[in-house]
This record gives sequence, C-alpha cells and structure tokens, in this order.
Amino acid sequence: MKRISGINTPVKGGMAVLKPFDINALSPDGYIFTRWLAALPWWTPLMMLAIIGGYPTIAYAQSGLSIYDAFDALWRWMPFLLVSGFSFNVLISFWTLLIGTVAGVALGLGQISTFGPLRAFSWFITQLFRNSPWLVILFIVLLALPFEFTLFGQTIRVPDWMKGVFGLSLPIMANISEIVRGAVQSVPTAQWEAAESLAFSRRQILWQIILPQCFKRMLPPWMNWYAILTMATPLCSLLGIEEIITLSRQAMESEDNQPELLVPFYGFALLLFFVYCYPIARLTMRLERHYAVKL
Amino acid sequence: MNWTAEKPIVSLKDVRKSFGTLEVLKGVSIDVMKGEVICIIGPSGSGKSTLIRCINGLNDIQGGSIFVQGKEVHAANLDKLELRKKVGMVFQQYNLFPHKTALQNVMMAPLKVLKENKTEVESRARQLIKKVRLEGKEDSYPGELSGGQQQRVAIARSLAMNPEVMLFDEVTAALDPETVKEVLVTIRELAEDGMTCILVTHEMGFAREVADHIYFTDRGVIVEHGPPKTFFDNAQDPRTKEFLGQIL
Repeated sequence: MKRISGINTPVKGGMAVLKPFDINALSPDGYIFTRWLAALPWWTPLMMLAIIGGYPTIAYAQSGLSIYDAFDALWRWMPFLLVSGFSFNVLISFWTLLIGTVAGVALGLGQISTFGPLRAFSWFITQLFRNSPWLVILFIVLLALPFEFTLFGQTIRVPDWMKGVFGLSLPIMANISEIVRGAVQSVPTAQWEAAESLAFSRRQILWQIILPQCFKRMLPPWMNWYAILTMATPLCSLLGIEEIITLSRQAMESEDNQPELLVPFYGFALLLFFVYCYPIARLTMRLERHYAVKL
Repeated sequence: MNWTAEKPIVSLKDVRKSFGTLEVLKGVSIDVMKGEVICIIGPSGSGKSTLIRCINGLNDIQGGSIFVQGKEVHAANLDKLELRKKVGMVFQQYNLFPHKTALQNVMMAPLKVLKENKTEVESRARQLIKKVRLEGKEDSYPGELSGGQQQRVAIARSLAMNPEVMLFDEVTAALDPETVKEVLVTIRELAEDGMTCILVTHEMGFAREVADHIYFTDRGVIVEHGPPKTFFDNAQDPRTKEFLGQIL
C-alpha cells in the first residue's frame, strides 16, 4: 500500500482525526460459514482422504483390524450409506428449505406490515427461532408434535423425519424472515415514493416494484442458509431418523464396532457433505460478488 | 365542492408543516390555474421541496388545506390513489425502477394501476419516449442511461398516466450542465402544450422564460411572488433582492 502522510502514517503534531467508520469490519454479514467453505481449495477432500487413510495405521497395533479391512468394510457399506443415508439428508434439506422459505417469506413480510400487532408478532417469532439452539428446537418439535393426527376422518401418521424437517424449518424460517426484511428495507425509500406518486397501492409497490428488485439480493444469503442447513441435517440422527450418521453408526455396529472404523466411516460422511456443499458455497460467493457490484 | 376550470386547479391555503418541533412551512398560500406554469424558488432549506411533496400527499401537513381539482388532499376520506392518478411527480434523483427497461418503466403504471389495454399503453408509451427524444432507448435499462436520459424517461413515465398537474422537484439539480438543457427543453414543450406545471427549481433563466408566476420562499413563508418580469426586474422585498443578487 502506498504510504500517504497523515492518512496511513502518523504525522508529528498531527491532529487526531475521526477515521471513516467501517461498518463491515464490525458486523458479520451472515456469510461467515459459506465464505470459509468457498475459500477452501478444491483438493481439500484429497487431504481429508490422506488423513483418513493414515489413521488406522496408527491405531492398528491394538486390534486385529488392518487399514485394508477398515476400508473394505467401508467399501461394502458405501452404496447403502450413499443411497439410503446421504440422499435422505438431501431430501430432508430440500423439504426444510421449501417449508422454511415459504414460512420465512410470509414472516418477513409480516415484519414490514403496516399493522402493528402483526409486525410485533412476526418480529418476536423471528427473534425467538433465530436465537434458539437448533437442537433444542428439534427436541421440542419431536416431543410436542403428535405422531399422528386425524384429518377429515382419516388418520395420518407423521413420520419422524417429517418432524425433523419441521424442527429444522423453524430456524431457517426465522433467518429467511430476516433476509426478506433486510432486503426490502435496503431498497431506497425513493423507490417507494416514486411508485406512490404513480398511484401504485402499497401491495402493488411491494410485489411489483420492491420485491423483484430484492430477489437478486436475497439469492446469495438464501443459498448460504441452504448450505448451513444441509450441514445441520445430521442433528436429526439424535432423533433416531435414519440419515447418514445414524446409518453409519448402525453399519459400524454390524461390523463389530471396531474403533478403526470410526474415522473412515465418519470421514466418508464428511466427504459427502463437502462434495455436496462446496459447489453451493462457491456459487453463492460468486453470485454475492456479482450482485454486490451490479444491482 | 365541485371544481370548474375557472377555479384554481391546485390551491394551497395557509399550509403549515412541521418535522417534530421544526416548522418548515409557516402558512403558505398558492393558487395555480389550469395550464399555468409556476416556479418556486428560494434558498435551500426554505421548504420548497417539502411544499411540493405535500401537494400529492407524500408529506402530511399540520395546518391549513390543499385542494387539487376541488378535492382536499389531506382529508381523511380522500382516496390518495385517485389523487395521484391526477398529479404526476418527477424527482431530483429520477427514481426509475432499475429492474425495468425504459419502455416498461413508462408502461407499468398505466397497465397495473389504470388497468388499460396493453397495446394502447404500448403505443402511447412509444409516443411519449419519442416526445422526450429517446427513440431507440426503449429497451435500455436505467443503469445504461445517462442522468438526463433517465430524467426524461421519468418525465415520460409520469405523463403516461395522463395527469392534470405535473410536479417537478428540482429535476435538474443532479444533472451536469450539458444535460440540464435537454431536460428543460422537454419541460418547456410540456408547458407549451398547456400542462399545468409546478416546479421547484434553481434554473433562474428557465424560470424567467417559462413560468407564468414565480414564488419566492424563505424560511417557510412566501416572501414575494409575481410574474417573472416584475419579479426578476423589480423585486421589492430585501430578502428577494439579496437572493437574486447572489444568484444572478
């Protein structure tokens, strides 16, 4: 950096100057996780493989299971873990995103309603679920939701994984609510005034003028939350839902619970999450940079 | 109260407006007849923009009354949307919708608000774009247009609603000197067509040439008003003289 006297180098006898306030330096912009993930080099999984590969050789001395046996076991379970396990995580993430987005958009619009009680209610719900531990929410939903309910005389069973989806949807909903509110409020009020003086109603202004402008701004943070949410789906294993972590544990049990299996099996799960979320993170950051310049 | 063409189309009576404890309009009265062009001039902070924004109800008022075509703007039962169909407004910062092309910007309000037929609206919009001399820019986005071009799209956008009155809030203040002219030419043509115009402006030459009546505001009151010739050549109030002395 060029050294400019008085700006980035102190001057003797110079007066104290109030430097411009860098708001970005203080407030995290919500991309912390995605930015970190996207910044990883593409060969990170190879490094992971190397570490996973190295582990059983160290542990080998204690038992009869060799590195080859451990990877052989993993190899046998791999299709099952991928098809029945990880694809289920993806399914959960899709449903959660769908429900969380629909509910979050509604809640976000509630936060900017002109009707005071609705605004207060939406704000409260948003803050409540945005700031609660996800696992606590998951357990409450699991225990509080009935396992079946009757609709038009028909008994419908609520599968456990649907409860997991619902539990994860709540914090996603709250965060998307904040994205919507923030994006709408980031549109200059002059746009509202211009539309108002063209006799647009408030509803028309919001749906036809403000929200279409917000769409691009909302896309990167929305994808950011999708990546975070996908990474959070293993929480469902604590509810006994048969996703990849639950199935990995069951697979290891059927292989006599050898400790040498732990790192290869869980490492495989880690690898799957990386392979799935890494492109999303890269794309998110690319879109974020793109839209930050051109609105 | 039924409005007829002999009565003022826009009538402000003792309008008072405060922001908190700061009173920015301290009893302003203006009458504008149909087809008249009114320029409001004055030092910055004298309440000019606030005044013009009260006329289409963007700002509320604390006292007095404003009538547009005989309807009270700040009456509780007034349909603001109906009022704004009659009163067009152009802003200093253009405020075009950035996600729509120039043509779409012009067409949007007649289509969505007036619910008019699309082919009719489109032919009218193309004529208006031609009128503001922006042929060939129909499919450009606001970001691709210069300030002067954007401002002319904004004028066309307001005109597409077929308003009775046009409000111009310092529409050339954000433009560079060369593009100021192209916007002023557009406004002058509009005035010559008989459009009722209320302008807040700093362009004294333009005001003198185009306005039927000039109002000079300072610190929330109208200090002096009159036809341009008497106003500019024969100002009476010392505050007006001082202001004109600084500017001319």
